[in-house]
Formats: sequence, C-alpha cells, structure tokens
Amino acid sequence: MGAAESARPGEVKIRLRDLHKAFGPNAVLSGVDLDMAAGTSTVIIGGSGTGKSVLLKHVIGLLRPDRGSVEVDGVTVEELAGEALTRFRRKFGMAFQEGALFDSMTVAENVAFPLTRIGSRSRAEIAARVRECLGLVKLEGVEGKMPSELSGGMRRRVGFARAIAHEPEILLFDEPTTGLDPVTKETIDELIIDLKNSLASTLVTISHDMGSVFRIADRVAMLYGGKIIAHETPADLRASRDPRVFEFLRRDLEMWGAARSG
Amino acid sequence: MKTIEAFFEEIGRFFEMLWGVLVWTPRRPWDWRQLLYQMVRVGVNSLPVILLTAMFTGMVMALQTTATLMRFGAERYVGSLVSLSLVRELAAVLGGLIIAGRSGSAMGAELGSMRVTEQIDALEVMATNPIHYLVVPRVWATVVMLPLLVVVSDAIGIWGGYLVAVLLMGTNPVAYLETTFQYTEVSDVTSGLIKAAFFGLFLAVIGCQQGFYTSGGAQGVGRSTTRAVVIASIVILISDFFLTKILF
Repeated sequence: MGAAESARPGEVKIRLRDLHKAFGPNAVLSGVDLDMAAGTSTVIIGGSGTGKSVLLKHVIGLLRPDRGSVEVDGVTVEELAGEALTRFRRKFGMAFQEGALFDSMTVAENVAFPLTRIGSRSRAEIAARVRECLGLVKLEGVEGKMPSELSGGMRRRVGFARAIAHEPEILLFDEPTTGLDPVTKETIDELIIDLKNSLASTLVTISHDMGSVFRIADRVAMLYGGKIIAHETPADLRASRDPRVFEFLRRDLEMWGAARSG
Repeated sequence: MKTIEAFFEEIGRFFEMLWGVLVWTPRRPWDWRQLLYQMVRVGVNSLPVILLTAMFTGMVMALQTTATLMRFGAERYVGSLVSLSLVRELAAVLGGLIIAGRSGSAMGAELGSMRVTEQIDALEVMATNPIHYLVVPRVWATVVMLPLLVVVSDAIGIWGGYLVAVLLMGTNPVAYLETTFQYTEVSDVTSGLIKAAFFGLFLAVIGCQQGFYTSGGAQGVGRSTTRAVVIASIVILISDFFLTKILF
C-alpha cells in the first residue's frame, strides 16, 4: 500500500462507484455513486432504514459490496485483507451510534485505545491526549468511570472523543447528535466545524437533524431508494425542486414546528 | 433443507474460527495480561464447582462399585476402578461440560453483546483484529486451564472415593491405595489430560464463534449463549468417543 498517497485538499478522497448491497432479499444499496473531496464535510441524510449506516460501513471495509467499489486515496477497499486492511484503517476514526464503548474498560482506557494500538506515543503523551479529547467533548473527571456508569449522551461523547483521539485523516460519524440535549448537540456540532475548518480531516457524517446538517455540511448527500438522489451544498439543497428532497425537508420543518409550539 | 444448510454453515464457521485462532496466535502484540485474566476466569474461578463435582463423583463411584464388587469378594479393587474411571474418562468429560456451561456460555454472551452493541466493529475500526484481541486469549486460556482443572479433579475424586470406601463401606484402606497406584498408569492420566485439552479447545472456539456471529439484539445474545452451551456439550460427548478410540 506504500505507493498510495493521501489526497490533497480538494482532491477526491473517497469515491463510491455503483455500490450494491443486499441483505438476503432486501436490497439496501442499489447503485450508489458518490465522491467526497479531501478536507470537506459531507453529511448523508435519508429516512431511517435507507442504508446510511450500511454505506458508512462500506467506506471503512466493515461490509463488502455485492457489486461496485469503494476507493479511498485511490486504494480499492474491498481488495484489502488482513494486515493491509488493518493498516488502512489507521486513517480512520469512527464514532458509532450508541458509542460502542468497550464496557470492560474505563473511559480513559477507551479513549486511549486507538492511541495504544496506532502510533507510538509515550504513556504520558497518551494520558495528556486523552484528557485533551475528553475536554473537547466537555467531559472532565470521568476518566476512571466505567461506561455503564455514564448516561447515554455521555457515552456517545466518549465515543466521539475516542474517534478523534489519534487525529485520523478521515472521520466517520454515525448520528453523532441524535438524542442529545440541545447544549451538547451544539458542542458536538462546533467540534465538527472546528475539525472541518482545520482542513486536515475529511468528514462523513450521518445525521437526521437538519439543524446541524446545515451547520456542519459543505455538501449534503441524500440517500433514497438505495441511490444518492442529491449531492449539493446545503443552500442548493434547500432550494431543491426534487419532490423527494422537498418532502424530506418539509417533514423535518414540520417536526421542528411541532416541537416549538408543543 | 434449511436445517442441513445451517448445520454445514455452523461447521464451516467452526473451522473458520479455529483457523483464525491458529493464524493470529503467533502475531504480535501478545496480550499476556488478557491471557492471564482469562486463565483466572476459566481456571481459578471455576475451581470450587469443579472440586465439588469431582469429589462427589468419586464418592458416588465408590459407593456404587463397592456394593457391586463386594458380591464377588473383590472390594479391594474399588480404588483402581474409581481412579481409572475418573482419570481416563469422568474428570475430563464432566469438567468439560461444567466449563462449557460456565465459561463457554460467558464467551457466547460477552462476544454476542459486543457484537450487537457494535463493539466488535469498533475494534476493527481501531485497527485491531477482534479474533486476535478477543478470541485467541480465551481459547488458549481454556486449552491450558481445563487439563489443570482435571489434574486437581483426579486427585480430589480419588480422595472422595477413598473416604466413602474406607469410612462408610469399611473396606481396607491399604488395599484401596495399593490398587489405585498399581493399576493406574501414567498413560491413563495423560490420555485424560489430552482429552481435556481438546474439550477446552472445542468449547472455547464454539463459545466464541456463537458470540461472534450473533445477530438480533438482546434476544440474539440469549440464543447465542444457549447454543454455545448446547453445541459444546454435544461436541464434547461425541468427540469423547472418537478421542477415546484414538487414544486407545
């Protein structure tokens, strides 16, 4: 893999071509084409069960496509195996929907995990980085706690801290703010914006929350019926005449309206 | 048709998991702490229940065989009968079944819940092979600890048999010990230990495999846990016959 270099900002970092995936009789992805540029933030939207998480898992090689291909920095992911795949994944940080913290480890050990497995930091450097990352997600003094002692929202924030700990080139966030309180939501959004502005990372986020989508996205991609039906800037998306996009945004606005009046 | 398919899929996964363990075992980093931790869980923590089982097995064996052998006036052979049955057969099989219920089920449940909460995915994402990290230490810990538990079981079982034969049934204590050591060969002991090592391998790989391929939330975890115990128990009983045949 040594020959492959990282894409420079603006160049295509992640390229999905004609991606197909079915689970038994259920076709989830049926021909996804999507390019994501290095140093940009792409948000993938779409209704529940449309396969957004499945799409994300293809990017990092957790799932293999039935047809089509995923390229990251010019490397075809599904051709990687064993050691090469393990090395390839060092580029990535991923935050899972429910946090996916290791429940046999403390919070600090969880956040330190990618640092101990990837890279060559000393113990003191790791401890400092762990504190720093937990500080970024506004969690202090929980280092010694076990995940089971934390609330759902705190677990998610620890998961977020763990994803960014080793400063990966590509960050994948699977619904980072869903179900969080508004204040925490804003914290996470601001973190994502900071990461985006640093231009060092390529971000791919799955979100339901249109409020944060418009804040954090450079480009929004909408998954519908197993395909990407829109891939535009947030402003263009808002002006979209596509009835499927329009419907999705309108529903969301209505939900917001109901939440405000209720 | 569906069942046959599922059956072969299960067998395929077993060998896939076994192969994975063999391939990943020599790779670094070696996680000694995790191995030690699993050895304590499988071995040390199982000691009380294993001792209790072995002791009562030896006791009931003595009770049964003394009554029978007395009819032929051959009660001096109680010791050899108890010890041979234990050493060659019962300690390994009963130990295997108990550890399958205790540790195999725990492996199924732990790895199963790690699977459904995406912790196994998280490991992979953080450049860590889950077989290397989770399965390898569990399997080797069981392979090492089960024979050690069997050694202790052998001793305790023979002692339990002695207590019953001598104190309860009034047979000659010297004859008990004499026939025990006269007729029990080292090869009898090692054959039991080899079997135990295989049972440990089977039950740990099956437990991990069931957990690893869990799907369907909490219900799925329950299903994996049950299957880990049931399949491992059946495999232990069936493989016992063939291993005995091979090891004489």
